[in-house]
Amino acid sequence: MKAVYLDNNATTRVDPSVVETMLPFFTEQFGNASSIHAFGASVGGALKTARKQLQELLGAAHDHEIIYTSGGTESDNTAILSALEAQAGRDEIVTSKVEHPAVLALCQHLEKTGRAKVHYIGVDSFGRLDLEAYRSALSDKVAVVSIMWANNETGTIFPVEGLADLAKGVGALFHTDAVQAVGKVPVSLKDSSIDMLSLSGHKLHAPKGVGALYVKRGARFKPVFRGGHQERGRRAGTENIPGIVGLGKAAELAIQDMAEEQGRVKDLRDRLEKAILQRVPNCFVNGDLNDRLPNTCNVAFEYVEGEGILLHLNRVGIAASSGSACTSGSLEPSHVLRAMNIPFTAAHGSIRFSLSRDNSVEDVDRVVEALPGIIEKLRALSPFWAGADKEARDFKPLYA
Amino acid sequence: MWDYTDKVKDYFFNPKNAGVLDDANAVGEVGAIACGDALKLMLKVDPVTQVILDARFQTFGCGSAIASSSALTELIIGKTLQEALTLSNQDIADFLGGLPPEKMHCSVMGYEALQAAIANFNGEVWSDDHDEGALVCKCFGIDEGVIERAVKMNKLTTIEQVTAYTKAGGGCLTCFDRLEEILARTNEELVAEGLLAEHDAYCLGTVAAKEIKAKAQQAKKEATAQTSPLAPVSPLPPASAGMTNLQKIRLIEETIEELRPFLKKDGGDCELVDFDNGNVLVKLAGACVGCQMASITVSGIQERLVAKLGMPLRVIPVGKHAH
Repeated sequence: MKAVYLDNNATTRVDPSVVETMLPFFTEQFGNASSIHAFGASVGGALKTARKQLQELLGAAHDHEIIYTSGGTESDNTAILSALEAQAGRDEIVTSKVEHPAVLALCQHLEKTGRAKVHYIGVDSFGRLDLEAYRSALSDKVAVVSIMWANNETGTIFPVEGLADLAKGVGALFHTDAVQAVGKVPVSLKDSSIDMLSLSGHKLHAPKGVGALYVKRGARFKPVFRGGHQERGRRAGTENIPGIVGLGKAAELAIQDMAEEQGRVKDLRDRLEKAILQRVPNCFVNGDLNDRLPNTCNVAFEYVEGEGILLHLNRVGIAASSGSACTSGSLEPSHVLRAMNIPFTAAHGSIRFSLSRDNSVEDVDRVVEALPGIIEKLRALSPFWAGADKEARDFKPLYA
Repeated sequence: MWDYTDKVKDYFFNPKNAGVLDDANAVGEVGAIACGDALKLMLKVDPVTQVILDARFQTFGCGSAIASSSALTELIIGKTLQEALTLSNQDIADFLGGLPPEKMHCSVMGYEALQAAIANFNGEVWSDDHDEGALVCKCFGIDEGVIERAVKMNKLTTIEQVTAYTKAGGGCLTCFDRLEEILARTNEELVAEGLLAEHDAYCLGTVAAKEIKAKAQQAKKEATAQTSPLAPVSPLPPASAGMTNLQKIRLIEETIEELRPFLKKDGGDCELVDFDNGNVLVKLAGACVGCQMASITVSGIQERLVAKLGMPLRVIPVGKHAH
């Protein structure tokens, strides 16, 4: 039985052509880009090509606006720490309640250690940002705004370009964690007010351990890593050449496949979502249906717990993920679903399916075939379902 | 994924004794959907011999909660109530070849349900009933008795263990001080009974505890800065006992009136149609009508009304809704 992988927001399969591009840089072109000899020079060229490829994917004005890092977390941390250090007199951060822990945990730490005051902007039940709260949090005390481009759990897209314009109005730097957005939706940074953007290789079919931070030319920046002069002194440390070359190739593929992502992948997602809503009673979609990543589908199944669903799916070779408490080791449902005020009856049973260009109609149909039986089986075990059965059916028209 | 034993997996995928027991004469219900797990244990007990002839369960929860419930039924069928009472949560975990430490609360839930069912058979009310003041962890509805029993039975000595075994403190942690107090007192009792070495007992104000405490204080600060009136209202509200039906209807109307501006802001609206026997019939309009928003709005209104009236009631949307 072929495994069906629908957890691409967690990580993606490295594209075979990406691997192929990387391989020579382990054993043949293994030089250090900083070296003066021929070994170094050929690697330097590859580094430049990769930077151009990523520049194109981001629609950046200059290739030197890209700083290679070890991944999304380093990029996020660097952006925020740099913004605080580079702007004396500004010690506030504006972020959202639904950010990835790479941003949230750092903000909480900065708050706890008295290094910054943090405004956490809430969302509504569709996961849309509270714009009024956002506007009122902005002031000339704000060093940096860090708002994600798209949410990893629900796929909800924030209007980052507009948010960046507002931040510019008060002279604050604007950073966006675009780890889930890059490669899935078109990004064009040269005409935007976005100062910094984080991305991660392994979310777009490049390997783990490589990512980038875009820093707009002229944006105030202080390096976090100090040492050698790599990345124009903005990120010391010998470059991860195979990873960077792989990320460049993956960026090139992402540009080619953007139309497919917006078309075929979105159609697959819609096919999956529609079939689930039709075949499984008492479930609904989490997130902003009008503005969402084309590959992400987060469905809340009422009266069942997510871990049980995932264990059953896993047994029939289907990989997905859950915002439920039980799977994460925490005892509460995900901070994203809680911020959205999703009722507990449903938050515990929320499952995320995230697709990629590697998926097929057969994959989606396998899920559609397996899922109704799994939910039914678990609901038969649930004391709430037996008790809520009749009322739940009375409620049904509302979910149609 | 968790490191579950094969037996846990087997009891999850092929649970034994799942479902409703129609002629049950002892029922124990513990947990709640908001807490992420709940168990209804149904027993058929021979009134003469007090032997448990049959046992069934219904469980909402993760894999190990379902497996623990099923294991419990297997352990008690054929036993007398007297024998069943000697069962500990560790016996359930052992039967399954062990549970991950973070999942021990699943076995405690089984133990608590069994105690509740036996109390129910004897015509008593099990103390896990959230009496006034006994409720410690509001996030998960855990009261003092559950924590005390889990600490004693499993000789727990840290706050983290208490959370792993009972879930208490797994949420906002505003109950930290009381958890600490219960743990210290129960440990003291264990030491006095010679069941725990003094140097193992929980010591107030340890370094680890200080860190947790900082988190608790942060949570308290956040809890006091409550936001939207549609946000879930925490614990139980003033009672509406003694109010006439008319007074209740007025209060319901007032509450809905308070919420309407927030609904309107999102392009929706809500109006009271009827109130009958705990059922609040409402008409939703505008943007409230739509697959996702409706369920959230209804549950939001319901939580708000329950808080205001202090009585269980159900909000039911009725009538044709305009799209």
